[in-house]
Amino acid sequence: MKKIKLFISALFVLGILCFLNTKIGNVPALGKFLNPVTGIWQNENNETISDEVVIPGLIDKVVVYYDKQMIPHVFAKNDHDLYKAQGYLTAKHRLWQLEFQTHAAAGRLSEILGDLAINYDRTQRRIGMVYGAEQGLKYMEKYDRETLGFVHDYTDGVNAYINQLDPINYPVEYKLLDYSPEKWTSKKSALLLMYMTKMLAGRDDDLEYTNVLRLIGMDNFNLLFPDFFDSVDPVIPKQTDWSFIDQPQTNLPLNYVVLDTITETIKKPNPDNGSNNWAISEAKSITGNPILANDPHLGLNLPSIWMMMQLCSPTHNVMGTTIPGALSIISGFNQNIAWGETNATRDVIDWYKIEFNQDRTKYLFDDSWKDVRNRLEEIKIRGGETIIDTVLYTHHGPVVYDKNFKSNNQRSGYAMRWIAHDGGNHQRTFIELNKAKNYDDYVNALNYWDAPAQNFVFASTEGDIALWIQGKFANKWEGQGKFLMDGSNPENDWQSFIPQKFNAHTKNPSRGFVSSANQHPVDQSYPYFIFNDGYETYRNRVINDFFNSKDKFSIEDFKDLQNNNFNLKAAELIPFMLDNMEVSSLTKKEIEIYNEIKSWKFNNDINEVGPSIWREWYGELYALIWDELESDKVALIKPYTYQTIYLLKNEGDNNFMDIKETTDIKETASNLFLLSFKKAAERLIEIRNKKGNYDWVNYKSTFVGHLLNDLPAFSRFNIPIGGDRNIVNATSENHGPSWRMIVEMSKPPKAFGIYPGGQSGNPGSKHYDNFIDDWAKGEYYQLEFLQSINETENMIGTLILKPQENE
Amino acid sequence: MNRNISNFSLTILFAIVFSIFLPWWSIMLASFISSLLISLKKIMVFLIPFFAVFIYWALYSYLLSSSNDFILAKKISDLFNIGSSPYLLIILSATIGGISSGASALFANQIKINLK
Repeated sequence: MKKIKLFISALFVLGILCFLNTKIGNVPALGKFLNPVTGIWQNENNETISDEVVIPGLIDKVVVYYDKQMIPHVFAKNDHDLYKAQGYLTAKHRLWQLEFQTHAAAGRLSEILGDLAINYDRTQRRIGMVYGAEQGLKYMEKYDRETLGFVHDYTDGVNAYINQLDPINYPVEYKLLDYSPEKWTSKKSALLLMYMTKMLAGRDDDLEYTNVLRLIGMDNFNLLFPDFFDSVDPVIPKQTDWSFIDQPQTNLPLNYVVLDTITETIKKPNPDNGSNNWAISEAKSITGNPILANDPHLGLNLPSIWMMMQLCSPTHNVMGTTIPGALSIISGFNQNIAWGETNATRDVIDWYKIEFNQDRTKYLFDDSWKDVRNRLEEIKIRGGETIIDTVLYTHHGPVVYDKNFKSNNQRSGYAMRWIAHDGGNHQRTFIELNKAKNYDDYVNALNYWDAPAQNFVFASTEGDIALWIQGKFANKWEGQGKFLMDGSNPENDWQSFIPQKFNAHTKNPSRGFVSSANQHPVDQSYPYFIFNDGYETYRNRVINDFFNSKDKFSIEDFKDLQNNNFNLKAAELIPFMLDNMEVSSLTKKEIEIYNEIKSWKFNNDINEVGPSIWREWYGELYALIWDELESDKVALIKPYTYQTIYLLKNEGDNNFMDIKETTDIKETASNLFLLSFKKAAERLIEIRNKKGNYDWVNYKSTFVGHLLNDLPAFSRFNIPIGGDRNIVNATSENHGPSWRMIVEMSKPPKAFGIYPGGQSGNPGSKHYDNFIDDWAKGEYYQLEFLQSINETENMIGTLILKPQENE
Repeated sequence: MNRNISNFSLTILFAIVFSIFLPWWSIMLASFISSLLISLKKIMVFLIPFFAVFIYWALYSYLLSSSNDFILAKKISDLFNIGSSPYLLIILSATIGGISSGASALFANQIKINLK
């Protein structure tokens, strides 16, 4: 009996120990997780901002002040120490995110999350994310040891933090998922840049276009997806003189499209990833100083993608936002210039059909067989067996789709040609911009920028404003890269690149302002073929109309514009729909909604119902028009809004308006208006019954989601903010202005900024999400741009980073 | 009565000391040793080490969390779907510690009985 009791109690103890020490499914190991000595209770704090820390490898002492937004102001005595300190501070405030984002870039999420991330990881590997990062590092090793040196400094800084970190203080996400941070490397910084490149310009629809072309023919394709719309308001003003370009566009070869059927394509970055930026000249500014603004539209996440910093060394003094993992400031200003980015709408990804030999060791090119190079991608899976994915590389790039991935063709595949695989030196651009003193320095900094294609806006205290559309762009023949190309024909390769000096740009244009909002980069007069898979057509016109509307502008005007909720898209279609819709069949409830939309003034403010009605109505309408392009069997894409509205207004009896299902009648646009209105009304009444109303704020329910699949406990929901996609205040459900900046080029510059998050990555810190409410209200923080190490009156903490004594 | 208090104090003392260099299960070692040293009777074998660690963990987590307005505790409660009050999470944590400690003491007690 005694023995049995002993045995049972031993089992009991062991059982409890195992149960509480093991992560079971999504539930963390409860003993580890909830004990107050090493568990999450230790993360219940705001970060220390007054301290002295020894950082091995520092040359000199670095002083870091914190202001009340917890923005670090870093004062270093040389640039190496500056970037070491930046690495250290980034790790201190954002360690988990810093590592998680590079794991995501590298296709290593399965190591943390298990087999649910396999597909994601495989896609990342197959599009050559790691390969691209390696190429970038190789380039730096060969051509730019100085920048590489700074990358090493940053790496040392991050690792100094990780090395000092007691597991007790691991960020809460590590405890939740039960893993540990690993050493930072230069490759991780390169991966972060690839992550940005993919997020910002990793979208293309060549394969979908190929399917659409096969389905509807070239004439219809050109009607639905024109290179230029009936009117465009491009980034580079229309009247720009291009006569200085003396190198012609590549000649059109004899070429035919490969009309393959592609059933499934990889997941694309969010089509709303875009941005606004603009700058006005001295003459257009009330104070006589140029003013510049930037607001990048990205997924709204916590910890925030951005982190504000001031970086000061004897060579420069710069402030703005950076992305954890990247050196220097990405969007910001120094004592002489300010700059910001938006996505340039240029097609930087093309696809080639590859024909393999029997054993897939060679591929056909120029009537001969070239060797395939194999790259083995090892994907480790938490709680599972490691997978090895063999990706075949051609001179075009990786064969993303083949018999092992989303295709069953034994002897063929589709290779990706992406400029991001060529190895660039993007980091150098930012380091140089941080130091730039004038227009020439800015242009020189852009020289290093290959990808992602960006519109870099610029303003200086000298009074210049400018905008360059920068990237390394292939000089394509007319139409090249719209569709899948035959990879065995050398004429389909990118023949050359547009010389950087011929990239589209504008400096001090006569209209007194520059702006970009992801619209057409140029009009037809630019001598090179340009094409992209999507152009914005609304924000840009609201912005440009605003700056043409009066003579002088102030910072307040800039704030108003960034928060502008005018829905131009709705304003261009709703009156037409109301005029052309037969209303006699509307029920009483439908008439109520009809009257609501009729009285709407097209502002997407939070308390309006118009935006919700418009969303439902247009959504139903869009689905009805493009029912021809709906398929489960092949990957298709539907036309963009601008052209859809153009067709509705100008070609209302086009065959595309007909609903395929109803064979007895041929619908026109006005039939569709009524049908879609009735469907929308039904949905809206449902929503009202369920939620009480369909006010825009409730309908949209903007949220900022935690990077771990929007984990509700660490996310913020129901944020009261207006706007929507295609509106200058581009805030939709989970996407929008991820950073808002306004800088007046006084001496020194005066700047305002805010982003929907907080400086800390710790969900237990009050600095985790404390900017969100002010951001939603359209408020800004005036940034404390310290001019010397002695300006400490508004600072609330001082962190001293010291070199090791005996070094 | 005296033995109860001694065991209780010793368990807490060991728990604090061991936690400096051992993982969370140091509390189990603490109650194990204190129960080997000081025998208890009947239900007290379990209850005393249970409450020792329960109180230690509850107090410690309360102190850490209350000084930060329970920001994280509320979020973790949300994560575990136990409402948004931090107190339930504190009780849950303390109970986990208490049960582990009590179980380990039971085991120690059985070893002692078998060795007699």
